[in-house]
Amino acid sequence: MPSATGLPQRRELTTKPRFSDKVFRGIVTTGGLSSLLLLGLIFAFLAYQGFSILKMEKFSFITGSQWQVVLNDSGAIDKANTAFGIAPMLVGTILCAIIALVVAVPVSVLAALFLTFYAPPALKRFLVAIIDLMAAFPSILFGLWGFFILMPSAEYWAKLLHKYFGWFPAFKMEVPIFTRSPFVAGVVLAIMVIPIVTSISREVFAQTPLDRVQAAYALGASRWSMIRAVVLPYGRSGVVGGAMLGLGRAMGETVAVYTVLNIVYQVNWHVLVGAGGSVASMILLKFGEAGAQEVKALMAAGLVLFLLTLIVNSIANAIVAKSGGKGR
Amino acid sequence: MVNPEEGEKDMSTVTPSSLSSVASASGKVRTPGTTALGVGLEARGIHAWFGQKHVLNDISLDFWSGTVTALIGPSGCGKSTFIRTLNRMHEFIPGAAMAGQVLLDGKDIYESGTDVTKIRLKVGMVFQKPNPFPSMTIAENVLAGLKLAQLKVENKDDLLEECLERAGLWSEVKDRLSAYGGSLSGGQQQRLCIARSLAVRPQVLLMDEPCSALDPGSTLRIEETISQLSSSMTIIIVTHNMQQAARVSDYTAFFLSDGGPGSMVEVGPTGEIFSRPKDKRTENYVTGRFG
Repeated sequence: MPSATGLPQRRELTTKPRFSDKVFRGIVTTGGLSSLLLLGLIFAFLAYQGFSILKMEKFSFITGSQWQVVLNDSGAIDKANTAFGIAPMLVGTILCAIIALVVAVPVSVLAALFLTFYAPPALKRFLVAIIDLMAAFPSILFGLWGFFILMPSAEYWAKLLHKYFGWFPAFKMEVPIFTRSPFVAGVVLAIMVIPIVTSISREVFAQTPLDRVQAAYALGASRWSMIRAVVLPYGRSGVVGGAMLGLGRAMGETVAVYTVLNIVYQVNWHVLVGAGGSVASMILLKFGEAGAQEVKALMAAGLVLFLLTLIVNSIANAIVAKSGGKGR
Repeated sequence: MVNPEEGEKDMSTVTPSSLSSVASASGKVRTPGTTALGVGLEARGIHAWFGQKHVLNDISLDFWSGTVTALIGPSGCGKSTFIRTLNRMHEFIPGAAMAGQVLLDGKDIYESGTDVTKIRLKVGMVFQKPNPFPSMTIAENVLAGLKLAQLKVENKDDLLEECLERAGLWSEVKDRLSAYGGSLSGGQQQRLCIARSLAVRPQVLLMDEPCSALDPGSTLRIEETISQLSSSMTIIIVTHNMQQAARVSDYTAFFLSDGGPGSMVEVGPTGEIFSRPKDKRTENYVTGRFG
């Protein structure tokens, strides 16, 4: 039927799905939504449990450095003197995660490039199996290894860093105690993150379109210049994505950090000083002996960690979306 | 290298002297050796394998400087494999092997100790599917070879304009050199790829079905580009389009596989291959009776 512009009216395009397609669609939708639902339920649980504490502490929950439960004579909570603040733990979490990524990402990218472009096939199969195994290793073993093996040697590196780069604010320290520092925890986390970032980077690098690789070689490129011109631009967003997964693991890791990091209620930006903590390992430390009110505070801390991870991932996604398109 | 039988050798081997005699006989074929471009490229007894599969059997073929040679034949006859042996791109395919010699200016490019990247600078390649680097702008794409091979050049802007001009793309992109390569149409992308391979100043340009993914208008532009380029370099083009072979090439070689490895049936000046082929199989193919 002609409309005012003389053009025919646009028809509605519909299709009648088959029964089997409807069933499959239902199954897939259920799967997709259930993960979202689970996440939502966890969030709701944390928010519900932690709400009263957040309401009481307001911003000082994330800015304060006090964590004490004071009971009055009748055994109830003394609201005036009880304080819950997780600033030192938040700072520790962020610090450890940054150290972990700074160490892990370069190592992982190099490992992935080696596996994809340089390793002989037999060695490659072997190393890939080892790295996948590492990703599935229980974290307490990393923690114990960090405590007994890494800590003594990391102490040595830390002393070197302090000696030669002590002028750099993050490496400054007043009291030279080098053990159980964010530095050691960061390195342990790095070792846990490396398998994840390596295997994701490797998969992305291996998907580099062959025609671009050949175009580079046909222009007289060496392997290294081909990698720089073709593989890295193509794989960049994938590497960032892998690093984000690694960051998620680093921020949420509990037991390994608990093994190698001192939990001290004092905001500490100096990576070599044995003080700080992480939100997750603090929850582990306190949970066993916490009273009802303190458990709620721990839930609130979990909520903050949840939100922090969410924010970091969103930022990373935004970075990838902004810069990732060009190499594809 | 397998020792071919004498009769077979006569059919598939064309020495420079036999080629030039054919060339002078037909008259209108460009005489080789008139340009100071070096001796050219000579393939001697090339065999190729993928794993256990023997795909190319004893190809000997000479390419004179400043000429265009078209390689024609049905799919799967080894044309692409053959040109990929000419700049050592063949060896990127896992399980690929070869035998024989490829002489560039008289020197075997497969000789041990050869720097392969230098060979590929002298023998450039344009692929079937346009493959500009999407992370680079048009200008960066053209100059990519300089960066990749770590070459220094005095005036990049001049080189950029010269290469795009020779590839027939300058007038279309001169106002948007900083746009990304992927923003061009397919035909423009292919000419960008040609410009990119010209920037490193190759002596020989291998083109593997450069127009098969393009529309007729773009194909025409690229054929014009080939004609212009042929005065200053040696061009070897694989094509399924026999009219294209007839339009752009000085010499044509016909490849065929009878189920086994591909071999060369006949080579000669393009006019003769299309009008008076010596072999019945060539005649059947160029007249469209099969393939």
